[in-house]
Amino acid sequence: MSNIFIDGNEACGAGAIAAGCNFFAGYPITPATSIYNYMLNALPSEGGVCLQGEDEIASIGYCIGASMTGKKTMTATSGPGISLYSENISFAIGSEIPLVIVDVQRLGPSTGSATKGADGDVNFIRYCNTGGIPVYALAPADVRDCYLLTINAFNIAEKLRCPVFILSNKEIALTKKSVNLNSVKLPQILDRVLCTPNDHFLPFATDYDDTAPPFLPIGSETLVRQTSSTHGINGYITIDSKEIFDINVRLQKKVENSLDEFLFYDELLKPDSDTLIITYGISSSSAIEASHMAEKTESNISVLTLKTLWPVCEDLIREKAQDFKNILVIEMNQGQYVNEIKRVLPEKNVQFLGRMNGTLIKPSEILEVLTNENSYK
Amino acid sequence: MKTLINKERPLVFCPGCSHEKVVHALDKALVNMGIDGSEVVIVSDIGCSGLFDTFFNTHALHGLHGRALTYAVGVKMARPDLKVIVTMGDGGLGIGGAHFISTIRKNIDLTLLVLNNFNYGMTGGQASSTSPQGAVLGSSFLNKIDNPIDPCLLAQGAGGQYINRLSCYQNDLSIQLEEAINFKGFSMLDIMGICTGRYTKSNKIFPKDIDGLIKKMPKFAGISSTPDSSNSVNEYTERYFEESKKQKSKDKSQIIKNSIPKNFDKLFSGRKEVILLGGAGQRIITAGEILALAGMTSGLEVTQKSDYPITVLRGHSVTEVVLQDREINYSGIESPDIIIAISEQGVYRRSDLFKNLSDQTVVIKSKDLEINGLNSADSKIINIDFKEMKIKSTDRALGALASLSAMGSIIDLNMLKKVIEFKFKEKAKIIDSSMEIINKVVH
Repeated sequence: MSNIFIDGNEACGAGAIAAGCNFFAGYPITPATSIYNYMLNALPSEGGVCLQGEDEIASIGYCIGASMTGKKTMTATSGPGISLYSENISFAIGSEIPLVIVDVQRLGPSTGSATKGADGDVNFIRYCNTGGIPVYALAPADVRDCYLLTINAFNIAEKLRCPVFILSNKEIALTKKSVNLNSVKLPQILDRVLCTPNDHFLPFATDYDDTAPPFLPIGSETLVRQTSSTHGINGYITIDSKEIFDINVRLQKKVENSLDEFLFYDELLKPDSDTLIITYGISSSSAIEASHMAEKTESNISVLTLKTLWPVCEDLIREKAQDFKNILVIEMNQGQYVNEIKRVLPEKNVQFLGRMNGTLIKPSEILEVLTNENSYK
Repeated sequence: MKTLINKERPLVFCPGCSHEKVVHALDKALVNMGIDGSEVVIVSDIGCSGLFDTFFNTHALHGLHGRALTYAVGVKMARPDLKVIVTMGDGGLGIGGAHFISTIRKNIDLTLLVLNNFNYGMTGGQASSTSPQGAVLGSSFLNKIDNPIDPCLLAQGAGGQYINRLSCYQNDLSIQLEEAINFKGFSMLDIMGICTGRYTKSNKIFPKDIDGLIKKMPKFAGISSTPDSSNSVNEYTERYFEESKKQKSKDKSQIIKNSIPKNFDKLFSGRKEVILLGGAGQRIITAGEILALAGMTSGLEVTQKSDYPITVLRGHSVTEVVLQDREINYSGIESPDIIIAISEQGVYRRSDLFKNLSDQTVVIKSKDLEINGLNSADSKIINIDFKEMKIKSTDRALGALASLSAMGSIIDLNMLKKVIEFKFKEKAKIIDSSMEIINKVVH
């Protein structure tokens, strides 16, 4: 099979279909609209559902309702829409509703620039839920990743019963690239674990303290309760502080303790290099190009591209960074994830390169920063 | 006696609260319909109406304030066989106004019970979307200067097919609920009642006052008595799945359409960057795609990135194509090998390019196009006299590609022609006219 020529948004759509997505709802917003277009072409003709809500709130609401009947659901938006999603994101987290959310980031703040890229929502999606529960977010670095990570996002959402973010960027989403998707090694498709129907079904009961509860769909013979309010394992509002404590701790643990299974990254490690670039998303391509360019001047730069952004893969970062003297974090924003790297690597010299003006960080800029001793030691 | 009331969850409403009447009427209606709790989903909002789902042995989905209808649509689209009943208050009606209008517009088979007690009971009796101007409420003077919404008129304005205004106290409430639930489409019930916890503290209102109020307000009686044929539509899920069946499956073709086999050997090693500068309607992006696909026929890796204003019929159209003999990482263009310039909008948009032009850069341009700062001593310029060749503005990007192909440094004419045949394979006319343009430019 030869190469095909598609952009990141088309790859997200193809990934969703490959993962078994059968329900999509969205609201048109540049630069995410073409995911909606893709799903509109792909789903209804195959018996699936694709809807356009009256706004972003309705769109994610449709997904939540459908997910509770057992559908594998996805929605896609950009910064202004993610803001409107936030209350329902909290609902999906707190009430363990599987959902894939693609955030095709554009230049912010606010309405920003519809057709310019940025990675400005990295901290927003981590912290936009009330309660501050950890979330899963995967950041594709190229078109192939959009395909593969969307499939993995569905696996995480189904296994952990939580919303999972794909943190895309206009620069990946709307840039076409020659790719061979047939050569991509696909993960096994996971579906949520079903509970055996019984008269005493407890919708939030688990056998272990770091897993998601087995699921039964609304509409099954066994009655199912779902609620956005603080609930006990029976799905009714509770004031039992022990029960509340246990559930909230479990929401945290099920995300944090699954990192080994859903850890995605790329590395380009060069011998004899004392500099490691840690980056993600579209900036990874600039870092890799800079590393190739540096070869010509016989200097070696290593690159670690993080694809699981949240939760922070602390062990991996420590392991990969241990032999490097200098760390350079590159982001298409004014410094968000660099704070995590500084936290994880307190003993290292961590520098930052990034900006938010709609332009890519150029490979030549990276080399300039690395060779300029005044700004980088 | 059969009931769907959840005996483990006793009603917790304030003494005298009219919501209790609706709980019992709803139970009576469902029992009378003979349906099982597992066939019913109660989707509830926030506030006292949000307690409804807990009192019933049915499926339950309790969500955010004002958003109940959105979850209900999701459930119904996924499971059209289920009876989906939504409860919200006059507060949720105000918050979710857009959802109220849009869901009614769909005529999707849901039953909405607006438990209208004229105030936000749970938070302390503040003004809501239906509070009368004369009421004394927890919002000081604010409700005096707001007009209350009539939910029925609002539903009518949105094209509601089934609208009724009811009192919590009327004897036939359960019959009215049953009729609404049985309606195949969206049914909206404005059910007026009394909030004894908050509203009656400073406002005297009795069941007979509700009757009086209903008599004074515009009359509704379920199925629209004067059906407006232009406004009357069949139920949404039925229409959705009927229309869906007519849609052609496009998923596979979407992906495969750009799959192009390798037919030729590469003409260069390393990286080449090409930028096309044009205006709206000049098929710049299509030309960029053709160039990229032509590169792919020789086994190159390619990227394409475009820039155009959101008002797509006006202004610049710019596309950047990178072609490389190995995987492309960085897709930006810093120093293009080729600039194709066919309109001043595109040139103006990227005037930065011409300030530091490399002496390696080849500029293929429309002969009549003046470019500030372009010095023929610094770079190779190929002028194409499109006017003389009688090539229309919309065809000039392709004409320029023909000129680029004739150079044979990045792609050649065989590759270009192969891609045109591939891309327009079922459109013989386009292939013929494209070949004609190519032949005009390359004699």
